[in-house]
Amino acid sequence: MKEIAERALNAAQLQGASYADIRIVHQQVQSILVKNGHVEGISHDENQGFGVRVIVNGAWGFASSSILSVEEAARVAAQAAQIARASSLAKTRDVSLGPPEVHVARYETPVQVDPFSVPLEEKIALLLAADEGMRRVKGIAVTESNMAFLREDKVFASTEGSYIEQALVESGAGIEATAVGENEMQTRSFPNSFGRQQKKGGYEFIRALQLVENSERIAEEAVALLSAPQCPSGVTTLILDSTQLALQIHESCGHPIELDRVFGDEASYAGTSFLTLDKLGTFRYGSPLVNIYADATIPGALGTFGYDDEGVPAQRTPIVKEGIFVGYLTSRETAAVLGQRSNGTMRADGWNRIPLIRMTNINLEPGTWEFEDLIADTEDGIYMAVNKSWSIDDKRLNFQFGTQLAYEIKKGKLGRMLKNATYTGITPEFWRSCDAICNEKYWQIWGLPNCGKGEPSQAAHVAHGTAPARFRNVRVGIA
Amino acid sequence: MLGPEKMKQIAQRVLAYSIADQTEVVLFSDETYLTRFANSRIHQNVGERNVQVRVRAIFGKKVGVASSNDVSESALDRVTERAVEIALLQPENPDFHSLPPPKPIPEVDAFVPATAECTPEQRAKAVATICQLSKENGLVASGAFTTTTSEIAVCNSLGVFAYAPSTAADLTTVIMSNDSSGYAGATSLDVREINAEQVGREAVDKALRSRNPQPIAPGEYTVILEEYAVAEMLSYLSYLGFSALAVQEGRSFMVNKFGQPVVGENISIWDDGLDKTGLPMPFDFEGVPKQRVDFIVNGVAKGVVYDSYTAHREGKESTGHALPAPNPYGPLPGNLFLKAGTDSKERMLASVERGLWVTRFHYVNPVHPLKAILTGMTRDGTFWIERGEIKGAVKNLRFTQSVLEALSHVRMISAETKLRGGLYGGIRVPALCIERFTFTGVTEF
Repeated sequence: MKEIAERALNAAQLQGASYADIRIVHQQVQSILVKNGHVEGISHDENQGFGVRVIVNGAWGFASSSILSVEEAARVAAQAAQIARASSLAKTRDVSLGPPEVHVARYETPVQVDPFSVPLEEKIALLLAADEGMRRVKGIAVTESNMAFLREDKVFASTEGSYIEQALVESGAGIEATAVGENEMQTRSFPNSFGRQQKKGGYEFIRALQLVENSERIAEEAVALLSAPQCPSGVTTLILDSTQLALQIHESCGHPIELDRVFGDEASYAGTSFLTLDKLGTFRYGSPLVNIYADATIPGALGTFGYDDEGVPAQRTPIVKEGIFVGYLTSRETAAVLGQRSNGTMRADGWNRIPLIRMTNINLEPGTWEFEDLIADTEDGIYMAVNKSWSIDDKRLNFQFGTQLAYEIKKGKLGRMLKNATYTGITPEFWRSCDAICNEKYWQIWGLPNCGKGEPSQAAHVAHGTAPARFRNVRVGIA
Repeated sequence: MLGPEKMKQIAQRVLAYSIADQTEVVLFSDETYLTRFANSRIHQNVGERNVQVRVRAIFGKKVGVASSNDVSESALDRVTERAVEIALLQPENPDFHSLPPPKPIPEVDAFVPATAECTPEQRAKAVATICQLSKENGLVASGAFTTTTSEIAVCNSLGVFAYAPSTAADLTTVIMSNDSSGYAGATSLDVREINAEQVGREAVDKALRSRNPQPIAPGEYTVILEEYAVAEMLSYLSYLGFSALAVQEGRSFMVNKFGQPVVGENISIWDDGLDKTGLPMPFDFEGVPKQRVDFIVNGVAKGVVYDSYTAHREGKESTGHALPAPNPYGPLPGNLFLKAGTDSKERMLASVERGLWVTRFHYVNPVHPLKAILTGMTRDGTFWIERGEIKGAVKNLRFTQSVLEALSHVRMISAETKLRGGLYGGIRVPALCIERFTFTGVTEF
């Protein structure tokens, strides 16, 4: 690997690069899907390659290839330089990366049980058992249980002198039951929607998930939802469970704090951000109870790593402090504009993509409430849990979410189950209405393995730590 | 490019090495270049060359899949061994029948050398044209220009060998002022048909006309949806309901509706992988030739797409719409068409007493799959219409609307159509004037 890296970087410099880096990546993914009582699919996918980023004539170029050889490294570096020279035909300023980042290091995800060493038979047996638990419930039409495991070995090297090796391991699993009735279809999943709960770590995480123990319950809930009353329309008090709040943070905080979005780099695709530079340090994003931070060092969280894909160490950054917006997610290039150093959030989805600013673990600090007390303290409202649908505008203001499950709250007690629950709002109005957050006992980190961004598109593995929270005067029941 | 002979050689090595009862090899070879721009400068400019070999090994009704992007001989042997090992380790899938047998594959020419030979300099010059147009009008340009060369080959131990090269070019741009934005895009097999100046002018015009957007209340409005918005709506409709798997699982709006009207009689929707006015592909990822499938004909539900797995369940033939295995989503359309009408966007505009002109949608998501209710935002050019004229721009709105209901109230359909890239493949659609469309919220810009 070192020889390939050196050849690529040397070739880039010979082509006039003022900066170059290379990532050599080898990825293995194992996926298992059990559906309706039998194994629907098992696959093992492996891919490897390298990508070279260069700055030539003050502009970026990137090229990549699946062929790992020194000859190909030189060809690709030259191609990246050609692309950079073409970029400079339409540049308005030279790229500046700020002060050098030089690190020589190795990082590995702490793992107790290598998931790739666990026999397939054990994994299939667990999924079949969970599947059977769901199918025991009358009225269930479709059951799915799945696991996914990823190992990524990568090398980062740069012309500034960095050489970083990382071995990242992820494990994830989830189950889902769908009931179908007359013009109605309801799905319940566990532990989360989006296919599964996923973490950085080994098979020990899967064994602790309790998939079988929760299988019958979620199937019963899916059937019950078919005949549950529709979520009413109106303005009310809303309590969100930890999983739905994770997606709320993702869409309404995680994305608008990406500094490349703020600068317009994503304008043609996902959009820009309402958190413009003038708001940094002064804008009231949420109520004084709201404290949000980014932290790529949390053990086991899906957005954790050792170094980002620009070779910057993982770190913690405050984002919202007592409701005031105080921080962005940055890269070397964007941080330099603010006179800062990168806070290490650049990641690429594989060897054939450039790194972009991505969320790491973006978390809402826990509060002080016991969940039972929060319900008891709520005169009238709705409790919503587990996401079903999501949508937000291209500056991250107007959002609408739907959840799988909801319960009305009447006089401090959970009441009837409600179906097709939806809520909508405008981001800062919503977060300013937060008047209670549950304590650490209810705080959990949820992995989202499919955050989309960029052209060509990329999926990032990110996470959000949350505890249930209450919001006032929220519009519910949209559809 | 690898070419058909090299791809056949790779596939045949796998087939010869495999000890499975049946073996399938799907090969992809891609070269993709994307020049991306923002703030009127090229800020990301990338190129990629990749191959992938997917091996499906079958013993009776046990199926294993493995893939790799290393096509050296030792790597091919390893990936074959892995697929075999996976298949042997699992219980039988009683629903699995067989890999499909060979059938004649129609010839479709979807490869244009000019697209394959497009250089970084050519893409940069096209982008520079758009950036210059923006600057001349005091605006800022962003967007992406992509050119792709692909080869797909499918080979199996029953005698299937299908090979198809293709090219595609796509240019999109969002042009902005401090309080407005406009969007335009173009897609073609042939990069020479992408006119950067024309795309730029369309977006600049929208950005200029959508300055000073006014507040608007949510509600039900007559709308003119440009082709960009119609394509997005149709893409989701297709994903939700036009797959045989969705019907078999009871989660499609087509269930128990075949032969009945589901939308207005002026609406017909079909999939045709051989139509050169789309992004044609003559076979699916099992090597089965594509058939034209009519989903809705004159408003009446007619059919859905099948792969070999879902077809066997009903005693039918695959329609050639399989995705690469293992596939939990079922067969999906890849070449969608909505029937054009006879009107023009100008005549549509003249016919609207009070309503909205919508350029495109953003972040669309299903809310209720069985009723095909979607939600999303308008974006990049939303205008208020009064007495047949555009009066000015409005702030963007959130819609929450059943697509089936919307397509039941289509007043006018344009004769002109546009090709866009979809979730899988291409979509060609006209613009629509819809009597009633529900907007449930607004945003601040």
